[in-house]
Amino acid sequence: MRRETWVGIILVLGLLAVPLWALAVDEPYTITLATRVVILALAGVGLNVALGLGGLVSLGHAVFFGLGGYAMGILASHAQSYTPLAEWPILIEGSKSMPVIWLVACAVSGLVALAIGALSLRTSGVYFIMITLAFGQMFYFFSISWPAYGGEDGLSIYVRNEFPGLNTLDPIQFFGVCYVILCLALLLVSKLSRSSFGLALVAARQNAERVQAVGIEPYRLRLVAFVISGVITGLAGALFADLNRFVSPSMFTWQTSGEIMIFVILGGVGRVMGPVAGAIMFILLEHFLGGLSEYWHIYLGALLLGVVLFARGGLIGVLAGREVAHD
Amino acid sequence: MTEALLEVREISKSFGAVLACADVSLDLRIGEIHALIGPNGAGKSTLIRQIAGNLKPDAGSIHLAGRDVTGWDTASRSRAGLCRTFQISSLAMEMTVLQNVVLGALGRRGDVFRFFHDPLKDTGLVEAGMHALERVGLRHVARDRTADLSHGQRRQLEVAVALTLSPKVFLMDEPMAGLGMEGSRTMTAVLDGLRAEAPILLVEHDMDAVFALADRISVLVYGEIIATGTGAEIRADPLVRSAYLGEEATV
Repeated sequence: MRRETWVGIILVLGLLAVPLWALAVDEPYTITLATRVVILALAGVGLNVALGLGGLVSLGHAVFFGLGGYAMGILASHAQSYTPLAEWPILIEGSKSMPVIWLVACAVSGLVALAIGALSLRTSGVYFIMITLAFGQMFYFFSISWPAYGGEDGLSIYVRNEFPGLNTLDPIQFFGVCYVILCLALLLVSKLSRSSFGLALVAARQNAERVQAVGIEPYRLRLVAFVISGVITGLAGALFADLNRFVSPSMFTWQTSGEIMIFVILGGVGRVMGPVAGAIMFILLEHFLGGLSEYWHIYLGALLLGVVLFARGGLIGVLAGREVAHD
Repeated sequence: MTEALLEVREISKSFGAVLACADVSLDLRIGEIHALIGPNGAGKSTLIRQIAGNLKPDAGSIHLAGRDVTGWDTASRSRAGLCRTFQISSLAMEMTVLQNVVLGALGRRGDVFRFFHDPLKDTGLVEAGMHALERVGLRHVARDRTADLSHGQRRQLEVAVALTLSPKVFLMDEPMAGLGMEGSRTMTAVLDGLRAEAPILLVEHDMDAVFALADRISVLVYGEIIATGTGAEIRADPLVRSAYLGEEATV
């Protein structure tokens, strides 16, 4: 088996072992920390489809993360207060069911990604970065100024949403739900990167002219990748909101977009397991350095600089070597 | 008329005051290699770009297999059977050689939006790719990274990708550029065999190759075609001699 596969297996198993250990020694905080890693990794897996495979440097993925969060917040707050979401033209009730919330989060993120992608993919390079950033800021300011759902203060959901047959308030059970979703997403992206679509998408990143010359329109490839990317990050947003039982406009900030991008870069751009490695590293740094100093971002910055200058393949690149073209 | 697969009718293009292409007409018939030659700056690239769909002509029209494709974009023209190779190799450099030809076969088949289908495990696609590599003599490097190929091999791969598309018309922009003696000879042999499959519009600076291969030659000077004819006719044409070949003959 390839070394990258081994590194991936170790990461995935390690991510499972830590909360199980924490359960055994009764350290619920560690389980919550591991859940945070899993959810942030999922957000990174989403961005990695656009950034890693498609070469689309989106500084607006907080939009999807936030939309997922607000999908959860809005549905759950209506269910919590027993007020319908809409009465006309049809009656829409709120919901406390995770599967329903996930579906809504994915659908909304996907549709918005389609709209944002359709507009911003007409540009490239620095313009693309700026346009995605601008969309992010639009959603941020909109969420601040919409008092119906908490405005600047955000929305608190008192009880975690339900998943059939599980007690989601038990940290390890909620971890399990998130972990399974992450594994499914990783499987999906791994399949995707080896598929016909993935081949064409990666080729379009390396050489758009070549792809056009064989009769494939890069724009459509990128748009589809952007939508898939947005859907996965949106789902992560819904889980993140459920983890905290709180949604606020901070999910829409450009810092959030930046952090998601940092997971991908730290772990290794375009590597399937990259976001997982990146999110683990990020949370560990935040946990240990954050304990030392409030200004731990200085060290994060230095590390990021080091990765960009000396280890382009990120942590996965260091552990598993250069990317091999799979055949 | 019926034999022309590619027909360029009186197209013009100017950039500001510079007329890069003036009422150019030419056609490409079944089974022929039609070479387009001309000194640097004659407007060959501008013409190629208009035929491929990167650039829109100011006037005139372009017809592919009887259909007016003047308003079509590059990808649509490619799907309609116009296959272009580039002057400077344009390949996915980080991919393997095989992946590049499989991409061509995939484009030919036209079902790129498949998310769980591994094209490298699809015998149809891989065989089409391997067959194309075989024909240009690259089968032995199929698993290599494209960036590791020599310049000449990249030129060959460029042609191999074109082959996977089984196009109606080849548009080849200096396939011999930068090839050594040996490489030119190999490429000439490949192109010679190709004309039976689809006619080639060949832009080329290598005069030995042009006169060895071309059934007809058109000479482009200052955006205008000053002569079209067989190799012998072109050699004898006084206008061509003074404008083009004469300069080279003195070198």
